[in-house]
Amino acid sequence: MTINILMPALSPTMTEGKVAKWYKNIGDSIVAGDIIADIETDKATMELESIDDGVLGEILVKEGTEAVNVNDVIGVIIEEGDKTTAATLSKNKVSEELSSPEETSDENKRANPKEIYENWEEGPTEKRVFATPLARRIAGKAGLNLSKMTGTGPNGRIVKLDVEKEISGNKKPDGTNNKTQLEASLTPPAIVSFGKYIEKPNSTMRKIIADRLTASSRDIPSYSLSVDCELDNLIRMRADLNNRSPNNSLGYKISINDFLIRAIALTIRRVPEVNTTWSEDAILQYEDIDISVAVSTKDGLITPIVRKADQKGLSEISIEMVELVDRARSGKLAPDEFQGGGFTISNLGMFGVKEFTSIINPPQSCIISIGAGEQRTVVRDGKVDVATVMTCTLTSDHRTIDGALSAQFMREFKFMVEDPLTMLL
Amino acid sequence: MNEKKYDLAVIGGGPGGYVAAIRGSQLGLSTVLVEHENLGGVCLNWGCIPTKALLKTAEVFRNIKNAEKYGLRVSGLGYDIDKIVDRSRNIAEQLSLGVTGLLKKNQVDVINGFGKLSGNGRVSIARDQSNTIDLLAKNIIIASGARARVLPGFEPDGELIWTYKEAMTPNIMPKKLLVVGSGAIGIEFASFYNTLGADVTVIELLPRILPTEDIEISELAQKLFEKDGITFITKAKLDSLKKKKGTVSCIIKFEQKVLELDFDRVIMAVGIQGNHEGIGLENTMVKVEKEHIVVDQWNATSEDGVYAIGDIVGPPWLAHKASHEGIICVEKIAGKKRIHPINKNKIPGCTYSHPQIASVGLTEVQATEKGFDIKVGKFPFIGNGKAIALGEPDGLIKTIFDASNGELLGAHMIGTEVTELIQGYSIGMTLETTEAEIIETIFPHPTLSEMMHESVLNAYERTIHY
Repeated sequence: MTINILMPALSPTMTEGKVAKWYKNIGDSIVAGDIIADIETDKATMELESIDDGVLGEILVKEGTEAVNVNDVIGVIIEEGDKTTAATLSKNKVSEELSSPEETSDENKRANPKEIYENWEEGPTEKRVFATPLARRIAGKAGLNLSKMTGTGPNGRIVKLDVEKEISGNKKPDGTNNKTQLEASLTPPAIVSFGKYIEKPNSTMRKIIADRLTASSRDIPSYSLSVDCELDNLIRMRADLNNRSPNNSLGYKISINDFLIRAIALTIRRVPEVNTTWSEDAILQYEDIDISVAVSTKDGLITPIVRKADQKGLSEISIEMVELVDRARSGKLAPDEFQGGGFTISNLGMFGVKEFTSIINPPQSCIISIGAGEQRTVVRDGKVDVATVMTCTLTSDHRTIDGALSAQFMREFKFMVEDPLTMLL
Repeated sequence: MNEKKYDLAVIGGGPGGYVAAIRGSQLGLSTVLVEHENLGGVCLNWGCIPTKALLKTAEVFRNIKNAEKYGLRVSGLGYDIDKIVDRSRNIAEQLSLGVTGLLKKNQVDVINGFGKLSGNGRVSIARDQSNTIDLLAKNIIIASGARARVLPGFEPDGELIWTYKEAMTPNIMPKKLLVVGSGAIGIEFASFYNTLGADVTVIELLPRILPTEDIEISELAQKLFEKDGITFITKAKLDSLKKKKGTVSCIIKFEQKVLELDFDRVIMAVGIQGNHEGIGLENTMVKVEKEHIVVDQWNATSEDGVYAIGDIVGPPWLAHKASHEGIICVEKIAGKKRIHPINKNKIPGCTYSHPQIASVGLTEVQATEKGFDIKVGKFPFIGNGKAIALGEPDGLIKTIFDASNGELLGAHMIGTEVTELIQGYSIGMTLETTEAEIIETIFPHPTLSEMMHESVLNAYERTIHY
């Protein structure tokens, strides 16, 4: 018995997607829950989890293939113990130029796509909503999400009456809630239960942020520690360097953040244990130093990556960041530009935030939160002085990094920021 | 006595009853149908169908009369009233036999006789004076229909004063005819007799003819009928009549005036009343108000297991409304899920005069009274190529939308063949289309249906062809 792997619909509007990566090779065994591939849309990349056990029997759509229609078969899982099918499949191998999966797999090899689709409860798919045009229009005007409504029309179609009921709620003509107080006290409170509100359907991106950060907050034993860094040297050096920027296409304008990215990257060289991921069997320590930089966009938070930041000069980092931020805000980042990374920097200094903590961006272990550089009084050798000071807070995963190690990282980071010439070393 | 037991007994074999019986049998209910006259009821035997046969004769007659307009030379045009009636009767008979066949095919037992409820699910059927059959049914649907309303003092005599029955089986062609009532029935007879040469006068109590239609349609209808030679007196009341030898002298009162006019025949078309008498309702809890049985949204009466559908439960008195109620009622009895009570606002109505009139949903006045902010679209037949080619340039299609959300609230049509067009809007309303879907629909050219498109375009100020 074989099971088809279908191109999933990751959002209601998705009609086609790209198979960005196969995590399994033909012949690899698959357990339900395994990530088998990355599926990419113009908006996001999502992991495709298997809902079945078996062996990857066929890859029908090659890695990197774009514009694959939703529900097209992209691969085939053979259930364990099905030797005949396995033999048949291995005979015709995976042809590089398989024209259409419809033509190459015979009927009995294919599970009912609808069945898989409907049983795909935990998958990222969204069901098609059946509603009359009038119901859609009224719901649209009222800002209601049809996917949460129950239809009473033919075949469960959502009709005008259903939407009108939803709009008026369980309200009596006098506007009071129809439920008795007892009923109300027995009903678990809704997330939004009182007051007027408009409903903004969650984008795929919003849902991913919610899922990942909820998981992070729930699963990671995190702690934070802060240090104050004096910035005056760095500010002077920055001004100096920017003054030297040539007035041509090679020009640059290095920001404080660019310095901090480089400082972090170089500090990681000295304390590589922070550039890690926790897993049950081992702590994975990354060879490359890839720094994720939190960027807010109108759709939500995204973290473009400066790859091998320790090997890049300040102007290189600066130019790359300008470009990454630009494309992040216009939604044009490629998934490999914001997926991965070993360490995240989040900077809210430009908003005047003095200090803050962040939620770890899994599967990373650390995130550093940068506050505003501001003039503060400092005491030096018993004398009061004024310096530009910035509070930086590191949040770490205690499973991978103990407090002393985080402290060591922050000390090294502080030295480098306060004595930026060492960044040349 | 060993009574036969059924899941469902239907009393009355009209378009409500026989359709309910077939559906019941389809859903696995053992079903019996009781009818004391002809299967198919008034609709098939004395209403919808035979009048359409007569009106087809009128249409052919009109076309031949106008042959020259189409480049044809015809002489010696005349008619044989007996043959016209024969054709109409034969068609009714043919269709009634068809219903017999349908019931047989669907394994519905049919008992000829007058069914009467005896209470507790018992039905006794009088086949004749001495022969009575009793049966027991878990569910009983009363579909006893209705008959012409009789006003005291104007009782039809089958000779000079006709009801629809005599009017569709005339033995003479009256020279001067009075039609009392300008609803669909009155107008259809007026149109038929007028076309065949009678001098027809229609009187209506209300200020306008076809009072249930949109005012604009009523007014245009009156104008077009008058152009065709029919005389209308509105806000008028038939005060009294005096029968003479072969003629009737009628006193008609309107606007403080009194007219005394002589007619050869008078057709009484002043509505209908439910057949609730003599069917044993007194043995049950079934409630009757204003000559109609009181039912809930699923057509259940106050007596458990007893239902009523069609004309007996009230207006609109239309065959398709009765059939639809029958189906919903039976499906409810059979425990079907996802069924919906009838929405009276979405029952189309048709009048098969020349020109025809068809409508569904709210009139402009009703929509405004209900507080809708509306958009109204209109398109005249004169702007439609097919209508011109047919030689039928008179008519109008009017559509009414809820301006807030594009819901089609009503559609009103007058003109040739509009009775065949109205279903398009009915489907649209049932599917809850907005103006956008209708506008996006490709209508075939050249057809009258293009006017349905244009009317919607007009409501949104996008008319192309006018």
